[in-house]
Amino acid sequence: MASNQQVKLLGVKGSPFVARAEIALKLKGVQYEFIHESLSNKSDLLLKNNPVHKKVPVLLHNDKPVCESLVIVEYIDEAWTGSTILPSDPYHRAQARFWSKFVDDKVFPAVFKAATNPNEKEREQGGEELRESLKILENELKGKFFNGDSIGLVDIAALFIAFWLPIIQEAVGLDLYNSEKYPKLDKWGQEIMNHHVVKEVLPDRDPLLAFFKGRFRSNTPSK
Amino acid sequence: MASSNHLKLLGGWFSPFALRVKIALSIKSLVYEDIEEDTLNSKSQLLLQSNPVHKKIPVLLHGDKPICESRIIVEYIDEVWNSGPSILPSDAYDRAMARFWAAYIDDKLCVAMRHALREEDEQARKAYLEEIEDSLATMEGELQKRCREGKGYFGGEEIGLVDITFGSLLCWVSVLETMNGRKMIVEEKHPCLVKWAERFEFDPNVKGLIPETEKLIEFAKALLMMLKAAAAAK
Repeated sequence: MASNQQVKLLGVKGSPFVARAEIALKLKGVQYEFIHESLSNKSDLLLKNNPVHKKVPVLLHNDKPVCESLVIVEYIDEAWTGSTILPSDPYHRAQARFWSKFVDDKVFPAVFKAATNPNEKEREQGGEELRESLKILENELKGKFFNGDSIGLVDIAALFIAFWLPIIQEAVGLDLYNSEKYPKLDKWGQEIMNHHVVKEVLPDRDPLLAFFKGRFRSNTPSK
Repeated sequence: MASSNHLKLLGGWFSPFALRVKIALSIKSLVYEDIEEDTLNSKSQLLLQSNPVHKKIPVLLHGDKPICESRIIVEYIDEVWNSGPSILPSDAYDRAMARFWAAYIDDKLCVAMRHALREEDEQARKAYLEEIEDSLATMEGELQKRCREGKGYFGGEEIGLVDITFGSLLCWVSVLETMNGRKMIVEEKHPCLVKWAERFEFDPNVKGLIPETEKLIEFAKALLMMLKAAAAAK
């Protein structure tokens, strides 16, 4: 291996969490090696560097591991100069952390509940929780991006809504998130997916759709 | 209108999350108005206004600005009052490690504790208690690394983010131990944690802030009754 390879990212291309780390690295212009992991056959490298969770992404910076996507993004922001991902003002930083945590704590679980829970009542409840969370984010969005004129931590965290959520919806036949109900989020979604760095990182849609159809359809009874 | 520097903490004596903020404020020697929310019965207008998204304590009001979520509040306090003793390490990698472990405490230990408290089925509760014990074993392992370096805390020589995040939960671990007749933090399995817990509880910034286990147990019983009644009413 080349001796100047100091940054490695262990990941899989379809993961929204891995995408966060990649976007952050590219925003900072960091050269890195992407190491493709197989989630059904985890490498020793992954297991050694993330023994606690055994998950991707894992960032290796000079062989020192950083795990958990939002922790990785903050680390990248602090370890490298360049365009800032978190605001510099402490209050705005707290806001950015609050909203990115909101995406992880509220949006993700609701989506998976709505799309995959075998119990119909639970799926409906998931749908309701998702609608509430999206409404809150729709109201929170004031400018072009959550971060203002340029993308920041919250935009990177919420990218899941713009790219992955519509694919999951299509895979399982849901229509909880659409441009009519959430026009601001929809517009934000178009903007962020058009961002030159994000475009480079987003995986192809079709294989991901096939993946979700395979994973999720088997959990829900046919409609 | 509050003066731009006035600090208010919307918290609860029973809340480990509010305790985290109190410890952080103490570390920075900050004066604040301690507002006790009666969350078992009703939420104040101030709380609902300041935390409309989650409607939960703690909320730190810095002047008019509300900051929510305990770990976020602790980081905020560390960043604004950066001339006092540090709560997060100065090195970026060490900071990432601190954030990782603080998130682990909340995502694994705290979630299992919450479930264990509320779970009525004995078998299911046992499984959550085992999850708690797994997390404790992991934290013991992590603390042993510090002990080998001659450090007494997760944060090194002084309490830091991880100590605060984890330490604030100890009183509730005691509650679960008592209510289930099961010691979970034990000398044989957690030699480092046992000593650390004692050091933590006697730290000048923590001493006097930790609620009594007996009172917490009473509170827990009242909370469970309230949750049961709410569920039955649906």
